[in-house]
Amino acid sequence: MKSFINILQITPSEVIDRITDSYSNFVLPFVIGISFIIIYLTVGFIRIVYHLPNRDKKKFFLSLITPKCILKNIKNIFFDCLLHTKIWKRNPLLGYMHSAIAFGWFLLIVLGHIEVALFVPKHLSFSQGAIFYPIFYRFFVWVNPEHITLRGNLFFFLMDFVLLYVLSGIGLAMFKRVRSIALGMRHTTKPALADRVALYSLWLIFPLRLLAESFTADVAGGSFLTRPMNYIFRSFFGNYLNFLPTWWAYSICLGLFFLAMPFSRYMHIVTEPLLILMRNAGLKVTKPRKGFAEAEIYSCSSCGLCIDACPMNVQKKNLKFSSVYFIRFLRRHNTKKINQIAEKCLLCNKCYELCPVGVDSPAIRIAQRQTLYNKISYDFSSACSPSHRNTSEKTNKGGILYFAGCMTQLTPVIIRSIEDIFKKAGENYSFIDKDGGLCCGRPLMMAGRMSAAKELIQKNKEIIINSGAKKLVLSCPICYKIFKEEYRLEEYGIQVIHYSEYIYNLIKEGIITPNKENVSYVYHDPCELGRGCNIYNEPRSIIESVGILKAAKKERDESICCGGSLGSLTLDHKDRTQVTEGALDNLTASGGEKIVTACPLCYKTFRLQSKLEIVDLAQIVAERLNGRQS
Amino acid sequence: MDFGISISPSSRIDLDNLKRDKWLKLIKIEPDALKCIACGSCCASCTGGIFTNVSLRSAILFLQNGKEEEALKLLKGCMLCGKCQMICPRGINTRHLIISINKIYSDEK
Ligand code: SF4
Ligand code: SF4
Ligand code: SF4
Ligand code: SF4
Repeated sequence: MKSFINILQITPSEVIDRITDSYSNFVLPFVIGISFIIIYLTVGFIRIVYHLPNRDKKKFFLSLITPKCILKNIKNIFFDCLLHTKIWKRNPLLGYMHSAIAFGWFLLIVLGHIEVALFVPKHLSFSQGAIFYPIFYRFFVWVNPEHITLRGNLFFFLMDFVLLYVLSGIGLAMFKRVRSIALGMRHTTKPALADRVALYSLWLIFPLRLLAESFTADVAGGSFLTRPMNYIFRSFFGNYLNFLPTWWAYSICLGLFFLAMPFSRYMHIVTEPLLILMRNAGLKVTKPRKGFAEAEIYSCSSCGLCIDACPMNVQKKNLKFSSVYFIRFLRRHNTKKINQIAEKCLLCNKCYELCPVGVDSPAIRIAQRQTLYNKISYDFSSACSPSHRNTSEKTNKGGILYFAGCMTQLTPVIIRSIEDIFKKAGENYSFIDKDGGLCCGRPLMMAGRMSAAKELIQKNKEIIINSGAKKLVLSCPICYKIFKEEYRLEEYGIQVIHYSEYIYNLIKEGIITPNKENVSYVYHDPCELGRGCNIYNEPRSIIESVGILKAAKKERDESICCGGSLGSLTLDHKDRTQVTEGALDNLTASGGEKIVTACPLCYKTFRLQSKLEIVDLAQIVAERLNGRQS
Repeated sequence: MDFGISISPSSRIDLDNLKRDKWLKLIKIEPDALKCIACGSCCASCTGGIFTNVSLRSAILFLQNGKEEEALKLLKGCMLCGKCQMICPRGINTRHLIISINKIYSDEK
């Protein structure tokens, strides 16, 4: 034990400065690059924070000193930015590639600094080249071969090992460029010029580092990777002339990478941590290009996963409307293209859900639409005047309110089924928009007309609060989402639930027991209910209690929009039918007998095109209750 | 005796009022404007129409007849709920048509 500690103690003669003033011109490209990027990032950070609304600024800085938030930040940054666990889950090979490059590079930097701190600590001071010394450590030192300790060898080994780890990631990346399909992606993006400069320099950095460190391995130490290479090269070249040019090349590649970084996709490496901090602080996109949105935009890695995700891409011509291109045009301030893409999107949120970084591009699209349409004048005054509403009839102290919403008015079968279920459950309910009502406001909001939407929200809220009810049941997921997010009815003691949750509870508590039949159903997750409100299990459990549940090819957060979404403004009827076709193909693949959905809009859209029967979740339950009765 | 004749507002259409450039702009942004057959399904299903005088059908006709002010008035109460879009037998992208009309005809005033 004692001898072991002795070994760990510093042996001063182990590492000696080989270059007298610890400086060589070759570090210049790197120093220029790194200085540039540091200045650029500082300015960028200040600009982003400056453009946050004041309330958000406060929220952001407060979150940075809240212990719970700090822990969450550290955890998220470690798992998302370094290990890339989200990509691992989708595709292990792709995940390995990302974590090898990100985490590996991170380790190289950290280990390099630790090595300097242990062996030549004076070089961690700024005047002694702290900015470049740890990066090019091996060039500047001479290791006394007589005195290499266990600790020294351990570092030689670690550095080689981590370098190999990074190189394996780089190798995969090169392979991916050549054959992206092997890694499970149908489409990858075409890189722009800055992307290419950054990409090729990134590819070269690590092989060059390997070469550079191999050339110096006999002077500055090395391990299983660099030593044999050193041996081969030395016997091959027989001199040290290739020594300096290689280090130059390594430094130039690093410098080029940092210089190209702000204009390339690799900006995500440094922006993503900021995005995580801001997201954890609870910030939301308010402007399409500034403040929080800018952090979102620069966090996009152009990975292109959103291309395959988008339901519009059943048609090749729609590829250009994918989020990755949207963000690219945002970065280039190409307003015409930005508007075009912003208006096309179905706002199905699939790209957001599948994005490894979590770039909320649908929210940026809504913000962009606001710049276009929020100013359109509106007049709901006569619709909102009390004379049109007999509020006394709609009072229901402590009971249940049912709000069908616009779309459900087009599907009477859903209304009938829900009323049947209410009656069977012996519920004291009132149906507040039986003779028509106001829209919930979500369609206006999705079209970027926030002020008009706010007016409807205000009016609906009044009616609901005045009724004195304790529970609001909704049958449309579009309404459900906005009621949950914008109405804040919980503050008035009113619970907002979707009928799938309501029926689920009734069945669980044994208040209703639909009988089970031998029919197989495929469930379609409506965008606003699944990805929008995170309700995946209740509908499935209801289906299991009335029949047999079959899985769709893609389901839950990967479910495909029915094509009817009110999100898109410009997608025309013909293109929508293509999206619907794609969604139906996905649902029919597993051979269920009927398709169940829990959204009137999906129901109506599918019915126009489907060969299989489309049924509603409430409908299949209500039918089973009638069956028992008769 | 009642001849069925009384003084009523003029229903004459003055096509000189037609702003052709705006109409062309509209059909460039939303070509569906040309598809309408004035069937009235949109009005029958309209959420806003229950309480206010929203009517996409009449609005389109008014625009074609040079009565832009009137057309805009008929769309002010639209909540973009999308019911008309689901119902329209011609598959017209009604919501986009409505906001485009609003944008083009009320912008430069
Ligand atoms: S938005 Fe997300 S999924 Fe799409 S390219 Fe950017 S990082 Fe990838
Ligand atoms: S929200 Fe949906 S429709 Fe819009 S870009 Fe993303 S995946 Fe495509
Ligand atoms: S439903 Fe369609 S075709 Fe019929 S009047 Fe309305 S917009 Fe025109
Ligand atoms: S979108 Fe407007 S015009 Fe169409 S049904 Fe709804 S309120 Fe009426």
